[in-house]
Amino acid sequence: MMFHNREVWAITWLTLEVTFAATLLSLILGIPLGTWLALTAFPGRKFLMALVNTGMGLPPVVVGLFVCLMLWRSGPLGSLHLIYTPTAIVIAQFVIACPIITGLTVSAIEQLNPRLRLQLLGLGASRSQLLWTLWREARLPLLAAVMAGYGGVISEVGASMMVGGNVRGHTRVLTTATVLETSKGNFAAAMALGMLLLLLAFIVNGMLTHLQQRRSPS
Amino acid sequence: MSVPLLQLKDLQVCYGSRVALDVPELAVSEHETLAVIGPNGAGKTTLLHALALLLPKVDRGALLFRGKPLDYKHDGLAYRRRVAVVFQEPLLCDASVYDNVALGLRFRGRSRAEILDRANLWLERLGIEHLRRCSSRTLSGGEAQRVSLARAFAVEPEVLLLDEPFSALDAPTRAQLVDDLRGLLSSARTTTVFVTHHRGEALMLGDRIVVLAEGRVQQMDEPSRVFTAPINEAVANIVGMEMIVPATILGQRDGMLQVQVNDHTVSVVSGEIPWVEGEPALVCLRPEDIHFACVAGNDRAGPPAQSPGESWNRLTGRIAGITPLGGQFRVKVDCGFPLVALVNRPLFLEGFLKVGNEADVHFRADAAHLIRRHERTSG
Repeated sequence: MMFHNREVWAITWLTLEVTFAATLLSLILGIPLGTWLALTAFPGRKFLMALVNTGMGLPPVVVGLFVCLMLWRSGPLGSLHLIYTPTAIVIAQFVIACPIITGLTVSAIEQLNPRLRLQLLGLGASRSQLLWTLWREARLPLLAAVMAGYGGVISEVGASMMVGGNVRGHTRVLTTATVLETSKGNFAAAMALGMLLLLLAFIVNGMLTHLQQRRSPS
Repeated sequence: MSVPLLQLKDLQVCYGSRVALDVPELAVSEHETLAVIGPNGAGKTTLLHALALLLPKVDRGALLFRGKPLDYKHDGLAYRRRVAVVFQEPLLCDASVYDNVALGLRFRGRSRAEILDRANLWLERLGIEHLRRCSSRTLSGGEAQRVSLARAFAVEPEVLLLDEPFSALDAPTRAQLVDDLRGLLSSARTTTVFVTHHRGEALMLGDRIVVLAEGRVQQMDEPSRVFTAPINEAVANIVGMEMIVPATILGQRDGMLQVQVNDHTVSVVSGEIPWVEGEPALVCLRPEDIHFACVAGNDRAGPPAQSPGESWNRLTGRIAGITPLGGQFRVKVDCGFPLVALVNRPLFLEGFLKVGNEADVHFRADAAHLIRRHERTSG
């Protein structure tokens, strides 16, 4: 094994940090946005939905390219010096995960009986109580949206490579490290990193599944 | 006169170019149960939504609570916390029965102890205490609607708004629940607006009845008046006057109106409307009020037990159709115009009930109700 334990830990930790940050940001924007799209009728809604649905299938390399162009030293956001930083990876992953979470939130909320909203208002729900109750009702598909978003970013390699640069000790994450080790022919190390990645995906999804499938206590 | 608790003034709601509801004035007094009855698409649900301040936009008019006009945006939440709405479907949350009953109280930020007390009280009053721990997903239709009612009653609303709460239930479940609701309403004395298309429910629960058709209030009165003296054809239809036959007024005799229906002259107890000779009218009758006797050359089939006296009309015709209803039969007799009678099984078993047989039908002069007929301009 050519890695020191310490380095593997650092890579794993960074991977977790980056994916959690990206997923969290996507949730913060995607769930309210998706809920709004599902509940509101306005001109241009269909167009926006088409954009979101296209965004759900964005190729990570294309996202990587655009974020690169934006953050490049001579690019519009170049002055922020974000290229080849973990923040750049978070940004790229956010762009990938946010439409996924938004789109799945729209369908989660749309699956609810449209009259439930009237019923909750008719029982005296305030706006925030209404939203909270609707999210609670849609918790199964919403947690599926969280899992899809998290799965999208933890497994993503193209964009992380492009905007992060796979800089050792700085922006190297599990996926980019696995690619690197494989390209060098270090299959054992690549395999170990791959297993770690799988484990991280499994632990988080396992917790989310547990949360999702828990029957409501009475 | 005291200010009504709830009042709609000059309300108009349109869906596209269609006027869904046009109510110049509708008032609900404190502690009364107002039953709103009408066919599908009459605007009943829109009316209830308007009363619940659930319509974001009305084309005209206002809802007044204790005389104060309400605004959807500003008064919506405060007003909706004074009322409770129950819909046709139970619309329960995916949680336990107890949590569902507690929902409205939680929205209102009540203390834990109060929520527990009130939820338990209404679980008990609706007879669903034993289900408190069950998931709402495991309930039958009737149980779920009981939870929905308990959830509404638990917030002890100033106004209870019920939108056809029983129409998705089977007949025995519905009957039991209507009965229970009647008890609860008379003891809680909650001001209630109850929307239904079932006239029996309206009759059982309403202190007053509003008949709605085509978005307009047709009649608003005490149940007995609406049921015995509908003011027009639409109301007559809704309240179960199945036979509505064109007729012409001939004149008065013995304090009764003589009315020409096809070739027959029938006596009708005149209502409050003054009639003049030659005026076109509609005679309205219910099948329940038509007595039936077979003639068919058979001595055994006499007239009904009460002999038709002066105040009875007797017509002869031929049986044109028989529809079994279980214990009874609907028999259509052609007397130049169709009359429908409900006939009990024994007569059928005796073999007289056959299409084509001659039959006598009788109805009391006060069973028939006259309404004005507006001659349609024929093209």
